[in-house]
Amino acid sequence: MLRDQDRIFTNIYGMHDLSLAGAQSRGDWDGTAALVARGREKIIEQVKESGLRGRGGAGFSTGMKWSFMPKEVADRPHYLVINADEGEPGTCKDREIMRHEPHKLIEGALIASFSINAHAAYCYVRGEFRREAEALQRAVDACYDAGLLGKNAAGSGWDFDFYVHLGAGAYICGEESALIESLEGKKGQPRLKPPFPANVGLYGCPTTVNNVESIAVVPEILRRGSDWFAELGRPNNTGTKLFNISGHVNAPCTVEEEMGIPLKELIEKHAGGVRGGWDNLLGIIPGGASVPVLPRTICDTVLMDFDSLKEVQSGLGTAAIMVMDKSTDIVRAITRLSRFYKHESCGQCTPCREGTGWMWRVMERMCDGNARVEEIDVLQQVTKQVEGHTICALGDAAAWPIQGLLRHFRNDIEGRIAARQGTTPVRAAE
Amino acid sequence: MNGNSMQESGVPFAFNDENLAEAKKIIAKYPEGRQQSAVMPLLDVAQRQNGGWLTRETMDYVADMLSMPPIAVYEVATFYTMYNHKPVGRFHVQVCTNLPCWLRGSDGIAAACKKATGLEWGQSDADGVFTLSEVECLGACVNAPMMQINDDYYEDLTPESAEAVLTALKNGETPKVGPQNARRSCEPVTGLTSLTGDSTNKEEGA
Repeated sequence: MLRDQDRIFTNIYGMHDLSLAGAQSRGDWDGTAALVARGREKIIEQVKESGLRGRGGAGFSTGMKWSFMPKEVADRPHYLVINADEGEPGTCKDREIMRHEPHKLIEGALIASFSINAHAAYCYVRGEFRREAEALQRAVDACYDAGLLGKNAAGSGWDFDFYVHLGAGAYICGEESALIESLEGKKGQPRLKPPFPANVGLYGCPTTVNNVESIAVVPEILRRGSDWFAELGRPNNTGTKLFNISGHVNAPCTVEEEMGIPLKELIEKHAGGVRGGWDNLLGIIPGGASVPVLPRTICDTVLMDFDSLKEVQSGLGTAAIMVMDKSTDIVRAITRLSRFYKHESCGQCTPCREGTGWMWRVMERMCDGNARVEEIDVLQQVTKQVEGHTICALGDAAAWPIQGLLRHFRNDIEGRIAARQGTTPVRAAE
Repeated sequence: MNGNSMQESGVPFAFNDENLAEAKKIIAKYPEGRQQSAVMPLLDVAQRQNGGWLTRETMDYVADMLSMPPIAVYEVATFYTMYNHKPVGRFHVQVCTNLPCWLRGSDGIAAACKKATGLEWGQSDADGVFTLSEVECLGACVNAPMMQINDDYYEDLTPESAEAVLTALKNGETPKVGPQNARRSCEPVTGLTSLTGDSTNKEEGA
């Protein structure tokens, strides 16, 4: 288990002084100017060496992403955009950073912005997080008063402004190019890539979009050294991570743990175990609604990191763990997610706009066994026709949960169809 | 998308002094010539001033202020779920029924809220007190089941505590926001499993 001294978010539960002075007493804003003085090449190199992979879901190297920005500022200003549009079902980690650890985010934003030659950062907070945005704004105001933001921010020699921007309810804006569109005052519909934001982003200018958690861990990585971070976890899956454990556990919680911790250990140590005991476990969605569900047999041994979960055809995603015990109607559970994606499709691409609705309607029939067995294969084929055929990943995200269900719980659906038809299924339901 | 078509109320709209100052502050966050970026926050300010919903006049006012074609504002106002296009009650009760909440009993919360308000999803009562909505994930999943009422989250609900919150609001009281059980925020209800060291486990107050 991760030692407390290796935890970055020491006030994640908000139990301590939330003021700037309180944050400083826990180490925030300590020697920021000296960190900036290392220079942008060195900072980017150190973030790369730490192995930090983006915490928003895709897991792309943060340092690498920064290095894609133009080295010199030409005719267009550079921007940092922070993605705080936390909406992936199961996920509630950035919320805790914004309301309890805002100074880690703001200090990280200064360092990141300096590294990509940006003088301004926009933090796009989902509209429902009004209280969290207010807490973040209070911290921003305190930083301006203390000279940590604005001209010569924190004595770094770098002028830097931090702006909080509230969304208004649209899951799709968590997709980076939709977020940029929304920030420009338009409907949040994803853009075709290329061009990538590093070349043509906010207002057509070079832009880096990073998740809240990715930015908030940067100051601590630089202070303690990239080796410290890289030695936690496993190669290519380094560091610590905020995990959200929800669903059928005895004590749902958010906790910072080491990457690569066994899923079972994580749940038993921090979330009080599965309701009714581990043997009562049916399955777990390990990384937010978009990633495929895992049956108990895999949950027994799987490690919580990018590569381990990819190996079992799921994903770490946002590290939001949804636990389902044997009382769960698993087909109904995945159908609820299908309804979510139908609701959130922006309507731009036909396979997603039409496909999410079609998949949801078929899933509704599957819940009741009101289908023919062959339709299970048709459903599988349709998920494949949506996946990879849309501008953004929402189509994939709608397809994957159904694919996971069919991969591991197909006999459950077959059993329902057979029961409704009054016949014996080809393969008996468990 | 919330609500029906856009309604013309026949009531002219303009920001009051306080909101006009707020609007100027918001517009100043964005670069010269990029004032369209302020459209969402300004629609929010307009909605709040207008009692919780947007009329055609409020959208036209925002369009004029930002030199945007009105249609571009309507597009935004109808794309995002938090803009309401018909009147809402003083308390907009939004119950999350997405998976993490459902696993922890949001069906019971939904039933309790429907019973306490006498409303079905999408309805408002005649007295203008409550509007009841079913919503997608609100991002408080380890505190499920939960609901949002206006700007506040009420978490770790039971049907009884959900009803108690609604009753308190109806009676003009101010119920406790956040977790309705013994938790402070997102820590395990059974006690801390991390951050238990001397320097971090003391209650220092916020």
